[in-house]
Amino acid sequence: MNFAVIMKRELHGYFATPIAYVFIAIFLVLSGVFTFYLGNFYERQQADLIPFFSFHPWLYLFLIPAISMRLWSEERKSGTLELLMTLPLSRLDIVVGKFLAAWVFAGIALALTFPIWITVNYLGDPDNGIIVASYLGSWMMAGGFLAIGSCMSAITKSQVIAFVLCGFVSLLFVMAGFPLVLDLVKGWLPLTLIDMVASLSFLTHFNAVSRGVFSLLDFLYFTSVIVVWLGATSIVLDLKKGG
Amino acid sequence: MIEVSHLTKYYGDVAALEDLTFKLVPGEILGFLGPNGAGKSTAMKMLTGFLRPSSGEVRIWGSNMWQDSLVAQRHIGYLPEGAPAYEEMTPLGFLQFIADARGLTGVERANRLEQTITVMSLQEVLGQRIETLSKGFKRRVGLAQAILHDPDVLILDEPTDGLDPNQKHQVRKMIKGLSADKIVIVSTHNLEEVTAVCNRAMVLAKGRVVSDGTPESLMAMSPYHGAVTLKSSSASLAEIAEVVGSITGVKEAVPIAGGITIFPENIDNTLFTKVLEVSLAKGWKVDSLYVESGRLDEVFRSLTEGESQ
Repeated sequence: MNFAVIMKRELHGYFATPIAYVFIAIFLVLSGVFTFYLGNFYERQQADLIPFFSFHPWLYLFLIPAISMRLWSEERKSGTLELLMTLPLSRLDIVVGKFLAAWVFAGIALALTFPIWITVNYLGDPDNGIIVASYLGSWMMAGGFLAIGSCMSAITKSQVIAFVLCGFVSLLFVMAGFPLVLDLVKGWLPLTLIDMVASLSFLTHFNAVSRGVFSLLDFLYFTSVIVVWLGATSIVLDLKKGG
Repeated sequence: MIEVSHLTKYYGDVAALEDLTFKLVPGEILGFLGPNGAGKSTAMKMLTGFLRPSSGEVRIWGSNMWQDSLVAQRHIGYLPEGAPAYEEMTPLGFLQFIADARGLTGVERANRLEQTITVMSLQEVLGQRIETLSKGFKRRVGLAQAILHDPDVLILDEPTDGLDPNQKHQVRKMIKGLSADKIVIVSTHNLEEVTAVCNRAMVLAKGRVVSDGTPESLMAMSPYHGAVTLKSSSASLAEIAEVVGSITGVKEAVPIAGGITIFPENIDNTLFTKVLEVSLAKGWKVDSLYVESGRLDEVFRSLTEGESQ
């Protein structure tokens, strides 16, 4: 249960600084703007939250790196990483604790969008099962972005580099099913591998989720993205120990 | 007990530390002495398990720092260079976090927190954010987290760096106060610190150990060690030089401002008496007369610069 100690400290850290409040405010404003102006929430005249959820991959693409960039970079820069890594805690506890804190924080921001859920229930009669599944799917996807960001942040002590790297790698994952990425690999990868790359797309998986089809496969997909990238984080940290 | 054998660290082709070997038992206070870049911090980072050595090993009471790091790290309290802490936390919150991470619970946790806060005199700043504290308080918070779990081994990287003389004195007093049954390793480039707190001194230069012994033996390497300095404002220095120069067993009498320093051929503790007797016999008005214990800064320079030339 040592990861809980790290998680508690980290979560406290978000709310002890303006980070939490700025992030939540911007997240809420932007998700509102996207839903109502770009998603034509009212004009569609449909009682669902598709316009709300379908912009989440894009919203996360630049907001999640803002959370994850500081995960390790900041500690490496300020020297507290040395303190943390010499405490009798396993690396797994530290990696998982930090990730969970960031994930719970993202979950809090996501949960605070509940007025839109109330709105759609007030205006019409939506399928609330779909909405709950979509919230869950969105949160899982946020976890995927955060795990990528955790690894990128472990690589460098510069938060700016961590931000840019995380944004770039996340974009590759979001767009993996689209020509932008597939054209890059088409020439030299066998077809089965191309299909594999395509199936790594956040967007493909999340589009299904935002329409309410949250299958076990999508759940497993995001879970494995999280596990793999946290494993990569741990490996990067270990390599850095070798100096 | 700490056993360090052939600890070596390379960054690329550059050796940051080469073949560091030593053994410490409780009660020993080891000072790592050396110029910046000598490998002191690198050594400490490997002793605490933050860096992995290129070769060699560290054992803390038998536990290997790499195979058994969690057990080994439990013995250690560590103050990293610059006393890093989570700046947005209060000292109380920070120490509570360390206590939890160290696995302290219940009454023991409460007692250790209270005791540490008292020893480090942190009561008045407990509720302030660490980022708003003065350098001295920040350092004390760093020391507090290191001693919180009452470790067997304390590893302190430049614990008094940037403190004012009063704070330095306090920190040294604290180190001496807790070390009876503990092993302490302190790094410093401050020479007086070694004589003030350590009973063993290791001089590092360019990643190698160039001297290992007691602070006294380090002092004894100074050419001034055992010399006698006589100061007089009224007597003729030329006459004094001539007379003491002819005392048996005197190698050289060197004039200095307002006096003369007399170097013996062999250090046998008889020189002082001889010089005293001569000055009384001659009726010189002596302002002061003392035995030099040695000049550490000179020893330090000759050891560490000699290595780099």
